[in-house]
Amino acid sequence: MARSVTPRRKLLNTTIAWAIGLLIFFPILWTILTSFKSEAQAIASPPIFLGFDWTLENYRVVMERSDYARFLWNSIIIAGLSTVLGCIIAIPAAWSMAFVPSRRTKDILLWMLSTKMLPAVGVLYPIYLIFIELGLLDSRAGLVVVLMLINLPIIVWMLYTYFKEIPGEILEAARMDGATLRQELIYVLTPMAIPGIASTLLLNFILAWNEAFWTLNLTAVNAAPLTAFIASYSSPEGLFFAKLSAASTMAIAPILILGWFSQKQLVRGLTFGAVK
Amino acid sequence: MSLKSTLCAATALSLITASGAFADGHSATITIATVNNGDMIRMQGYTDQFTAETGIAVEWVTLEENVLRQRVTTDITTNGGQFDIMTIGMYETPIWGANDWLVPLNDLSAEYDVDDILPAMRNGLSYDGTLYAAPFYGESSMVMYRTDLMEAAGLEMPDAPTWQFIREAAAAMDDPANEINGICLRGKAGWGEGGAFITVTGNSFGARWFDEEWNAQFDQPEWADALNFYVNLMNDYGPEGYATNGFNENLSLFNQGKCGMWIDATVAASFVTGDDSTVADSVGFALAPNAEGVEKRANWLWAWALAIPAGTQQEAEAKQFIEWATGKEYIELVAANEGWANVPPGARTSLYETPEYQEVPFAQMTLDSINAADPTNPTVDPVPYVGIQFVAIPEFAGMATEVSQEFSAAYAGQQTVEEALAKAQAITNEVMEAAGYR
Repeated sequence: MARSVTPRRKLLNTTIAWAIGLLIFFPILWTILTSFKSEAQAIASPPIFLGFDWTLENYRVVMERSDYARFLWNSIIIAGLSTVLGCIIAIPAAWSMAFVPSRRTKDILLWMLSTKMLPAVGVLYPIYLIFIELGLLDSRAGLVVVLMLINLPIIVWMLYTYFKEIPGEILEAARMDGATLRQELIYVLTPMAIPGIASTLLLNFILAWNEAFWTLNLTAVNAAPLTAFIASYSSPEGLFFAKLSAASTMAIAPILILGWFSQKQLVRGLTFGAVK
Repeated sequence: MSLKSTLCAATALSLITASGAFADGHSATITIATVNNGDMIRMQGYTDQFTAETGIAVEWVTLEENVLRQRVTTDITTNGGQFDIMTIGMYETPIWGANDWLVPLNDLSAEYDVDDILPAMRNGLSYDGTLYAAPFYGESSMVMYRTDLMEAAGLEMPDAPTWQFIREAAAAMDDPANEINGICLRGKAGWGEGGAFITVTGNSFGARWFDEEWNAQFDQPEWADALNFYVNLMNDYGPEGYATNGFNENLSLFNQGKCGMWIDATVAASFVTGDDSTVADSVGFALAPNAEGVEKRANWLWAWALAIPAGTQQEAEAKQFIEWATGKEYIELVAANEGWANVPPGARTSLYETPEYQEVPFAQMTLDSINAADPTNPTVDPVPYVGIQFVAIPEFAGMATEVSQEFSAAYAGQQTVEEALAKAQAITNEVMEAAGYR
């Protein structure tokens, strides 16, 4: 039987939830507000919250100085393709680990995760040299491969966790009905794991979108995504916080909108199997 | 669609999209890596004019200073060939020039007038007498102070103050009730931030990083004097949390009228007298200070310069751009469109001989500060290195960042000055031993 919640308790819970939500969202809100201030208002002390002269000047300057569309397109291509490629490789891998585990499955999973523990800068030079050799520097193909590889352990782990929640008997029943491995994966497993796969896709898309180390170090002009766009407005010698905020807002806006519209799917996926 | 064909399609699509070269109708395209600061951004705005004159298109890769440094270092050490021109500073130029990583700029045209480059800049950007990078703008450091507050305090700033006077003036101008700090200085960790400032402060107290045998000198009394003076001055009259303040934080404080004095890069002069400053009309300038009896002042020397990495396929076009961007005509172009106060400073002698530029309030003090800096003879006692706020060896950046972190911890009260100096001594000697200097 569900526990009854008093209206007072409900109000308290809601207030706490909103307070935590706003606290987490505050840096983004502050960035957005700063993007509409003048440079002088952006550094004012005490800070001005809402009572400033709203201006679109920073956006005008940023649009004039940078080819935003090119950065955006690169981000979409790199984040999108690396996520899709990662899923194509990770789904069969996670399936085999979840449903036909061997004695070493746990070790393999841990080993995969251990690759995430190496600081990226430690392999910068080897990767850079390989990219020079293969002619992949400043190419979207190179970044797609690198981002796919660095996110692959997370994709496999997430999908493995979701697949483990699916009863193996259902797949056995499908096999008894004559389903091939391909049919079992596509028509039985995938539809059942859709919330998990969707949230994995979304989370990895966000990770790839925000990745700043490799995207800054392996690109120059042609493949530079929005992380490079933001970096071009950061300056240690000069106060350009309002313009930097405008560039940041433009860089996060697409992913923020995507996250907003898919939050139901994300939450469903992330809590998939949490309550049996 | 089968899994295999999906995989093939996705791979093919990524390769197709990867090959997207942005075609243009120009005879050649050069790619330039640069920093995001006012003068560089202004130059980007005039690039169309260069393209119209020469037919050479320019692609810019603008990055934050530390990211740029990592990016261009990776590229040049691996011969990556991503850039035709790199924006580098006085620290990198002699090291990279010695390694033959840069194209020597010894055949620039007569019209370019290489002898017009300020001697301090030319020396700092040369190795073995050969120029490897052309200065776009140069800077030293100086005292910027509030003339109104000085007047109210009944003091007069000398052109060449001592640290003792600076302390006296800071005490007189400090007014916590009105949120005015007597003095604002860098304390932020990082070899190019607080590390640069404390190194020149050390120079002005007679300290040095190394003796002639590359032994660290942080255990010498001059360093204790310098660091204790700085910490006491800032604890008494500096802003709260100064241990994390760098150039931008102090610029913000000064522009809001919250600093009586600020000692920092001469390039800040155009900001504190610009439109975003609330105290633009009451700013004076003086040479960086020294301790009484010490001939060296706390002023550094730096230039953002354009260099051509060896191995570029566009060497001739890159040289053409460098001649255009760092030449006299570019200065006149900016002056005509945006006024003399906005031209890139500190690079050419002829700029300081221009009557219109002499009218700019900070022009003469900038030149005097640059001329007072000698990278080949930066300290009272002899040293085996070149560089004023840095030591021009490859190991310096990492080592000095660690040392400045220890100093910042002392500023924040997390350890004593003595502890910080002892750690600095150990860090530095360890690095130098590992690198084979001692």
